[in-house]
Amino acid sequence: MQNGASDVLNQFLQGDADAFEAVFRQHQRSVYGWILRIVRNPATAEELTVETFWRIHRARARFDPAKGFEGWARRIATRVALDWLRTKRTERELSIEDCGEVAAPAEVDLAVTAEIRARTALAFGRLPPKLRIAVTLAVIEEQPQKDVAAALGISVAAVKVRVFRALRLLRKDLEEQGIRP
Amino acid sequence: MNTHDEERMKKLLRQALPPVNSDAGPGRDLWPDELRRLDVRSSAASPGWAWFNSAWFDGALAVGLVGFAAFLPASLPVFLYYM
Repeated sequence: MQNGASDVLNQFLQGDADAFEAVFRQHQRSVYGWILRIVRNPATAEELTVETFWRIHRARARFDPAKGFEGWARRIATRVALDWLRTKRTERELSIEDCGEVAAPAEVDLAVTAEIRARTALAFGRLPPKLRIAVTLAVIEEQPQKDVAAALGISVAAVKVRVFRALRLLRKDLEEQGIRP
Repeated sequence: MNTHDEERMKKLLRQALPPVNSDAGPGRDLWPDELRRLDVRSSAASPGWAWFNSAWFDGALAVGLVGFAAFLPASLPVFLYYM
């Protein structure tokens, strides 16, 4: 099984179209899931999954089979999602309604009103994309910091710094709106 | 911001933006879209397509110049001077 997968990856490296389809079908779900965690919108995640695999196909010469496909694909997917966040940041801000379709039910703290949650979501949408991705993956999605660091191409310490800066900015934003979190 | 504040902010954030369903897959087969993307990008980048674009533009430019010269023959010496 392992040999079969590695054969397919080697054929993909050589530009074989059937091997690319096999790689696509094998990994599209995990790539889509990773992007969905970042962009939180199914239609956008589908669009960006297609873009990610196009970039994977274009960059196949740089793929090192010894390092594994999943991590490499995840890194490209993260970059694609980051580009999208940078482009769309000014056009669209997140709200709770945006996340309802894909989000798991939250543990609701009755002390936290719906308005505070909505304002927090909006403040989150105003974060710089680099900080937003780090806090999304490490805090909201609770992904291991090692995986987040690998996907962003930075160190674990840098992930912690980004998360801390994001939380501080969020708190400042909420305080400016008269909310003491 | 101390550790306690940090934890409180994380909790608030998780309540405002719950994690997405991690087992959610795409709602449809994305391979046809991928094929379309590959076709569009590769045909736009292929030398044949570039040649067609270039030939079409050169032809239109030549027809324009001939038309210009036919309607305004007096401009020909000026045009030749600047060539």
